[in-house]
Amino acid sequence: MKTTLSLCAGLLALSLGTANAASGGDSYNLVQKGRYLATLGDCTACHTQPGKPLFAGGVSIDTPFGKLVGANITPDPETGIGGWSFEDFQNVMSKGHAPGDKRLYGAMPYTAYTKVSREDNQAIWAYLQTVQPVHNPVETNLLPFPFNLRSSLIAWNLLNFEEGEFKPDAKKSEQWNRGAYLVQGLGHCGTCHTPKSLTGGDKNDAFLAGADLQGWVAPNITADPHAGIGAWSVEEIVQYLKTGANRFDIASGPMAEAVEHSTQHWKDEDLMAVAVYLKDDPRTDWPKPVEPLAADSPAMVAGKAIYADRCSACHVGSGEGIAHLFPKLAKAPLVNAADTASLIRVVLAGSRAGGTEAAPTAPAMPSFAWNLSDENIADVLTYVRNSWGNSASPVSSAEVTDLRDSLNER
Amino acid sequence: MATPKKLPATDVVVVGLGWAGSIIAKELADEGLNVMGFERGPWRDTAVDFNLASATDELRYNRRQELMLRTKQNTCTMRNTPAETALPMRDWGSFHPGNGTGGAGNHWAGITFRFQPTEFRLASYLQERYGKEVPAELTLQDWGTTWEEMEPHYDAFERLAGVSGKAGNLNGTVVEGGNPFEGARSREYPNPPTAQTYAPTLFAEAARNLGYKPFPVPSALASQAYTNQYGVTMGPCTFCGFCTNYGCANYSKASAIVNVLPALIRKPNFTAKTNAEVLKVTLDSTGKKATGIIYVDANGDQFEQPAEIVVVAAFIFENVRLMLLSGVGQPYDPVTNTGTTGRNYAYQTANSVRMFFDDKNFNPFIGGGAIGMGIDEFNNDNFDHAGLGFVGGGSTRVTPIGAAPIDSRPVPPGTPAWGSQWKKATVENYASSMSIGCEASSYSKRTNYLSLDPNYTDPHGRPLLRITFDFPENDLRMAEYCTNKVAEIAKSMNPRAFFPSPRKGPWANTSYQSSHIVGGFIMGADPKNSSVNKHLQVWGVPNLFVVGSSAFPQNPGYNPTGTVGALAFKAADAIRRLYLKRPGEMISV
Repeated sequence: MKTTLSLCAGLLALSLGTANAASGGDSYNLVQKGRYLATLGDCTACHTQPGKPLFAGGVSIDTPFGKLVGANITPDPETGIGGWSFEDFQNVMSKGHAPGDKRLYGAMPYTAYTKVSREDNQAIWAYLQTVQPVHNPVETNLLPFPFNLRSSLIAWNLLNFEEGEFKPDAKKSEQWNRGAYLVQGLGHCGTCHTPKSLTGGDKNDAFLAGADLQGWVAPNITADPHAGIGAWSVEEIVQYLKTGANRFDIASGPMAEAVEHSTQHWKDEDLMAVAVYLKDDPRTDWPKPVEPLAADSPAMVAGKAIYADRCSACHVGSGEGIAHLFPKLAKAPLVNAADTASLIRVVLAGSRAGGTEAAPTAPAMPSFAWNLSDENIADVLTYVRNSWGNSASPVSSAEVTDLRDSLNER
Repeated sequence: MATPKKLPATDVVVVGLGWAGSIIAKELADEGLNVMGFERGPWRDTAVDFNLASATDELRYNRRQELMLRTKQNTCTMRNTPAETALPMRDWGSFHPGNGTGGAGNHWAGITFRFQPTEFRLASYLQERYGKEVPAELTLQDWGTTWEEMEPHYDAFERLAGVSGKAGNLNGTVVEGGNPFEGARSREYPNPPTAQTYAPTLFAEAARNLGYKPFPVPSALASQAYTNQYGVTMGPCTFCGFCTNYGCANYSKASAIVNVLPALIRKPNFTAKTNAEVLKVTLDSTGKKATGIIYVDANGDQFEQPAEIVVVAAFIFENVRLMLLSGVGQPYDPVTNTGTTGRNYAYQTANSVRMFFDDKNFNPFIGGGAIGMGIDEFNNDNFDHAGLGFVGGGSTRVTPIGAAPIDSRPVPPGTPAWGSQWKKATVENYASSMSIGCEASSYSKRTNYLSLDPNYTDPHGRPLLRITFDFPENDLRMAEYCTNKVAEIAKSMNPRAFFPSPRKGPWANTSYQSSHIVGGFIMGADPKNSSVNKHLQVWGVPNLFVVGSSAFPQNPGYNPTGTVGALAFKAADAIRRLYLKRPGEMISV
């Protein structure tokens, strides 16, 4: 039955195409544009399970309030969005309202997507119509009470949501505005990288200043020269997003997925625009770095010895690492971050970098949970955080114990 | 047995995902063909399998040989002469066939020589120079190709593997500091030589004082971070010393799993089937066309995979055995000297001189499998053999692999094998002993060959491969001569004592020599005495290619991997450039 239906639809499209060749060409262009925009928005991250049909939903998303599941956004009329109109889709993107007066949770980053232009949403919509419909019922809301009550979102939106398309800044270049549009809108960088308030809304005064992400840290990507990526050149930011690695860092954890699924496929000019925008930060009053710990403090002495034994073969004695293979630790934003969760996590659990077309190696950091104690890990991270130009608070063995316990629970 | 389930056809089937198979699969996938790679062992991956925190486990990888094929899955039988009954190898001793993606190229040392120009026409060349003096027992052959045809493919492999070294002959101009005996190369190595440890440095000094020209051994252990033509990155070698028998945790030692497969596996038109053992190559009723392969998966289920092109690129033993089992070519018969499949099997002739010093500390735990200095004055035909009664020679070098605690216990001959005297001798000599190796040629003779064993079978009921081999008199004389030359250098270094160990017969499986095994399905210009043409295309079965050291008609005094890699690029190039345009015999006879 389904086959017959889609065949009819195909014939219909064909006859329309014959009747009006221009709209046929336009629709091709529109769909191609929409597909690219869907890549920019990384829709697959939440809406496609690995190895499962495109956009059929079912990806589980951990939030501090509980579990949400990515919806089926294929054109299946029953379980997907086959019954929606474009206006329904526009409302989801700009307001977080789905048909049936269903308010969406912020895990669907409409707080960012509200910036997306109506024109771009039309292209995305056109593309979504071309996806194979998949019958796959998804229960998206697995939150516990009271967060499972969607009515609570009315108040949430009042607190945390400002509706409205992106307004270009006439004082800035076209490139800068493109970058701002992408970072604030479809790229939804702030969804991970902006710290959250108690209710889970973005702290907009700390836009992109780094955030805790369920056992990972989304590092500070402001132009802060110490804690952020102020030291990265525009080209180095582009290289990171295109290949997953530059001389400073290699994407791992959730960012590895973002690079693999999304940013490696962005056009170079879009990545360049993003980099130009990120570098041009009006803020200059960056927090002053803390003083590094004295090299002769006990944790530093112990950490130095552990580093020489366990870390220096790859990250090298000076913390410089090897470009594209072993991350640089000297002056790395993540290393200097106040939140140490990612650092402790990669030492305990190991981590695998993302692999891209341009850099397919996908190297890994091994787990040291079995041969370094909590105190060893605290000492070596304290040493790394206070050497080669780094300065950050020491890591306590209690922090390591906590994360080890929480990893063991999973 | 049930009829194998027939699967949808593909363009190319590649048997074996070691160096040769991975390179050809990548090159043909880049051409846009649908390629399926079959590997009898598991998928191996640096990040998962060669974790830095566990890769340097001597018990696991050296003693228990984790990376090697299990003899229960497949082994060989061996004998020294056709008059004997061969017995199966139940443990690997003399050599180490690998298993899993990367193959033997995971556990290699990384020494990456090119063969010399005269090697490719060795029989003709030696005949021209020495005439009747060439020992009659030898069955040397030309390769049917030339240095000029090989050079671009050596170059491609060196770029692929990020080889570190110093050119000795750039476009015909001899370059100071490199190997003056090498063939003219079109450009410098992709990476400069690594730093040298103390023992190779002392050896080079001594060699120079005797008038020889020492050079850094060409090494697939990267001297610096390097990204190859497929976009994959190697890290600089840390001299940790865990190379031979180990996978490299630092992405420093080139292998298919570091340098090829991460890029290949991303391609949508490539599929890897692991834990899938290929049972035979299928031929059509004419026997002139390969139709695909039969393989068995880990469940024991058999499948037929049809393909337009079949590339067999397993380890030498399995290349030859698959051809014998599939009825490709006529089996070689040493009595009548007819047939080609199994002919010209050869090995390597390993010699060394061990030295003990009183006043030196070599810090022998620092090292790498291919990091060292060598000389080539006594290799191949780099010296005049007139009147010597043999041909051939060896690559002389000091490449101290890290002296790991279980295996490296150099003690002078006469020391008890255990107990307090042995412990005392270990303490006295561990840090102050070094060895000069001489990896020498192994020339083919009529009674050294490969065939199917009449008595022993594998778990699928297929006959095992039978090796009939012993060192030719020629090679034993060469070993004696070259080892004496090496001993002269050793003596000039003023050790307390030194002990030359020239290779002696008979060949046995009791101690490791090297996994440099060659021949059995050799290349040449004449289908009467060779199995594949210079494009590695099987004579008479033009859509079948057999690639690897099985194609060497004999083995010169160099490690084989550089040439295996070059032949893989050569075959891929011929398929891309010639065969796909006009499928069929690329060389008509």
